[in-house]
Amino acid sequence: MASTPNVLSKHERDDIDHWLKRYPEDQSQSALLAALRAVMHEDHYLSIEKMDAVADYLSLPKITVYEVASFYSMYEMDEKAAGKNTIAVCTNVSCMLNGSDKIVEHIEEKLGIKMGETTPDGEFFFKIEEECLAACCGAPMMQVNHVYHENLTPEKVDEILESVKTKPSLHKKEANNG
Amino acid sequence: MSDMIKITVDDKELEVAAGTMLIEVTDAVGIHVPRFCYHKKLSVAANCRMCLVEVEKAPKPMPACATPVNEGMKVWTRSEKALSAQKDTMEFLLINHPLDCPICDQGGECELQDLSMGFGGSSSSYQEIKRVVVDKDIGELVSTEMTRCIQCTRCIRFGEEIAGMRELGATGRGDRMEIGTFVEKSLSSELSGNIIDICPVGALTARPSRYNSRAWEMMQSPSIAPHDSVGSNVNLHTFKGNLVRVVAGENEAINECWISDRDRFSYQGVNAEDRVKSPMIKQNGIWKKVDWNEALESVAEKLKSVDPDDVGVLASPQATIEELYLLQKSMRAIGVKNIDHRLRQTDFNDQESMGLFPWLGMSITDIEQQNAILLVGSNVRKEQPLLNHRIRNAVIKNNAKVMTVNSFEIDFNYDVESQNISSPQEIVNTLAGIAKASISLSKAKVPAGLSDLLKSVRANSDGKAIAENLKNAENSVVFLGGLSVQHPNYSTLRALAAVISENTGATLGYLAESANTVGAWLAGVVPHREEAGIVSKNVSSSKAGKNTVEMIMNPSKVYVLLDVEPEFDCDDPQLAQQAMDAAECVISISPFADANMLTNADIILPSACYSETSGTYVNAEGVWQSFRAAAKSSSDVRPAWKILRVLGNKLGIDGFDYVSSTDVRDELKVACDTVSSVSNHFEISGIYIAPEKQDGLQRIGAVAEFCGDSVQRRATALQKSAPEQEVVQLNSAEVQRLSLQDTVENSSLVTVAQGNEKLSMPVLVNDLIPDGCVLIASGTQSSSELGSAFGNIEITS
Ligand code: SF4
Ligand code: FES
Ligand code: FES
Repeated sequence: MASTPNVLSKHERDDIDHWLKRYPEDQSQSALLAALRAVMHEDHYLSIEKMDAVADYLSLPKITVYEVASFYSMYEMDEKAAGKNTIAVCTNVSCMLNGSDKIVEHIEEKLGIKMGETTPDGEFFFKIEEECLAACCGAPMMQVNHVYHENLTPEKVDEILESVKTKPSLHKKEANNG
Repeated sequence: MSDMIKITVDDKELEVAAGTMLIEVTDAVGIHVPRFCYHKKLSVAANCRMCLVEVEKAPKPMPACATPVNEGMKVWTRSEKALSAQKDTMEFLLINHPLDCPICDQGGECELQDLSMGFGGSSSSYQEIKRVVVDKDIGELVSTEMTRCIQCTRCIRFGEEIAGMRELGATGRGDRMEIGTFVEKSLSSELSGNIIDICPVGALTARPSRYNSRAWEMMQSPSIAPHDSVGSNVNLHTFKGNLVRVVAGENEAINECWISDRDRFSYQGVNAEDRVKSPMIKQNGIWKKVDWNEALESVAEKLKSVDPDDVGVLASPQATIEELYLLQKSMRAIGVKNIDHRLRQTDFNDQESMGLFPWLGMSITDIEQQNAILLVGSNVRKEQPLLNHRIRNAVIKNNAKVMTVNSFEIDFNYDVESQNISSPQEIVNTLAGIAKASISLSKAKVPAGLSDLLKSVRANSDGKAIAENLKNAENSVVFLGGLSVQHPNYSTLRALAAVISENTGATLGYLAESANTVGAWLAGVVPHREEAGIVSKNVSSSKAGKNTVEMIMNPSKVYVLLDVEPEFDCDDPQLAQQAMDAAECVISISPFADANMLTNADIILPSACYSETSGTYVNAEGVWQSFRAAAKSSSDVRPAWKILRVLGNKLGIDGFDYVSSTDVRDELKVACDTVSSVSNHFEISGIYIAPEKQDGLQRIGAVAEFCGDSVQRRATALQKSAPEQEVVQLNSAEVQRLSLQDTVENSSLVTVAQGNEKLSMPVLVNDLIPDGCVLIASGTQSSSELGSAFGNIEITS
């Protein structure tokens, strides 16, 4: 098997190793979700190169990794989706009835991008979220970097976005190729 | 035995084994339950829901493929409830299906079409937009039309469970799930074509035959695959008399229901442009078409005019046993003794000690019962893909330990215990080390003929481990493969393998190379034996005829070739070419005549291909399988057995009045049936030597995957699918040593020099090749200009 030690950063490998320890040795596939999460944290998307490296690292067929990566919406596979902060506005029934369209419109205007795009400075990725995020009681709602924000108004959205932006970033992105 | 229980299906009482799935029970008694995802050779996925049936006390219909039977269970497969569930499922399955049957290759043989006729409704409640899936390019052999896919996942499970490599997968989710490779990639499994057979819809179809003809216009004839010694059952499909497609046939004891890509797609070669359409004679360098009578008269005349010792007969081990037998019988009748089919073998040292034929040593199914397997000089995965499949099952089912002694590492589709890789010369020592260890394990005496060789090697821990694994296993086997047969010290490898088997209790088996290698031995197409292994006084050891190498080293005046292209089929193309050049007359019985053949031959007798003649192949385990002609050959082409029969008449030989090929077969079969038993056992009596030490780069000339015989070499899709056949492969250390880094970097060509020939070839870095060696496959266009498959070779930038 072609070993590709340098494709995965030291940080990513440590993270994967940490998860691998929790499963029986012949069950490396169990660590796949975590491995892909580790890559997401670093790159904000999964490149084919990284997915192949994960496959090699866990001794899995490459297609197995592609299957898992493409199944879950928490993984992005397009480089264009690699923003530092991911915004996902729920547009499902409850949220829609409570005005999620306005929220979407507001964000699009504010950031100057359409849903599914990333701001030119790489700060925000505005994800197309298709499924109910299970917070209907607080509709309309959005998720920013996995944190839920409910009962949104345009003003509240501004505040939230400013707050993530002013902080350097929730995920420190340091090139770390050990 | 599992317990038997009673259940009722459609009001019929059945006694069945507890725990089996309902669908297996209904299949066994001929009650048809519709299905898409279920396949008897694959794991149960239960994702299509087409097999829903009514089960008493169950609140809703149950999938027959995933419902185990229980005592007293009552099942209705065609009750109102069952039928309505099936009809609804069908409606769901067709929601996104394009219903493009009129332009679909699967039309007429499509499970979806059939079941929707039988179980579906005539209209759909679905009025919305259907989804479209972009087609994937997955290589030369399989075409895709992924909008038609119903996501039964049979193809995915096939990859994982049978091919042993996951290449296809389901990416995305829900209504966006797609089957494919995700990144663009050609399928590389040697069994990939089977997904065409198992895909229940037209999503995966055969690319080479795409849009050629409709299923109902084709005639199906059962036949036997002509390229390896498995004897896979196939079905040949002809359209207006032409062979246009091959699909798998079923034979549980041989190929189950799978065939190799080689056996599926080689048929294209049959329709190659250089098929000969009428007999031809060369006069003053000009080819003249003649009638059969004239052609055969001249052949007979020529043969009668020379001393029989000046005639050399070379036959393809792909020829049918009838052809081989008549060739042998007619030639021997006129005193010709130089006859052989072992075209790539170079060491005939102890040929007398061979058994009746190179026998597998067991039945094909028995391979799955082995616990330890030593493969000596064999790339079984490419040479006999379906024997490799059995070995894989042995590994999966009983944790068999597979060990190899080879000149290059093989990318197996299962876990192997150890691969012992070294240069071709060195593998003799590696095997000797194992033999030595096995002798000390069983405290036996060293056979005299091997004592020098064994003295020179050290028993090491690797050798000891292998010997122990073989000895400790309940069932173990040592298989000699095609690379051993080609090896310059084949007799030594064979003797060592025999010693190992003797001292470890392992069976000795041969993985015969071609479809009829075994048949050629039985038919007597060897210089030292007649049919059924008879050693008459004509061929006793002092009087044996010349073997292939002797025939080529000392050119004969006349050569008779039966489907042989010397520059592709013989070990040393350069020498073979020289021999043909030196001959007075080359008589070629062959379906094809390429430019080389037109230069070399003097008389060409056009023969039928495997699909156009009746005949018999005997597979590696010794099973005789006869088949009938499926396709028509052009009007002046004759089956080779008929050509040889008439030639026999022209030569005035008695007993050449066979009416059909079965007459020929039966005559030989009677002779073979008198041989009481087949065994690979032999006493080590001769002297076996170690190879001479050779310096310099060594060639490994394993036969290329799709170059083993004249038909495959002409199969265009197969050839396109394997560009690596025509390249020089060496490892990265060797690239450094030969200072070829720049050449590799720029993908430029290297110069290969062997014997008196130089040629340019692309390079591929392959770290599975050992140091000091290069792999340049045999049987290819480029190797046809080179020398022996083994020996020194030079590579320069
Ligand atoms: S391509 Fe064919 S075999 Fe594969 S999942 Fe689709 S329908 Fe089933
Ligand atoms: S609809 Fe938006 S959270 Fe459920
Ligand atoms: S055949 Fe039973 S669910 Fe598909």
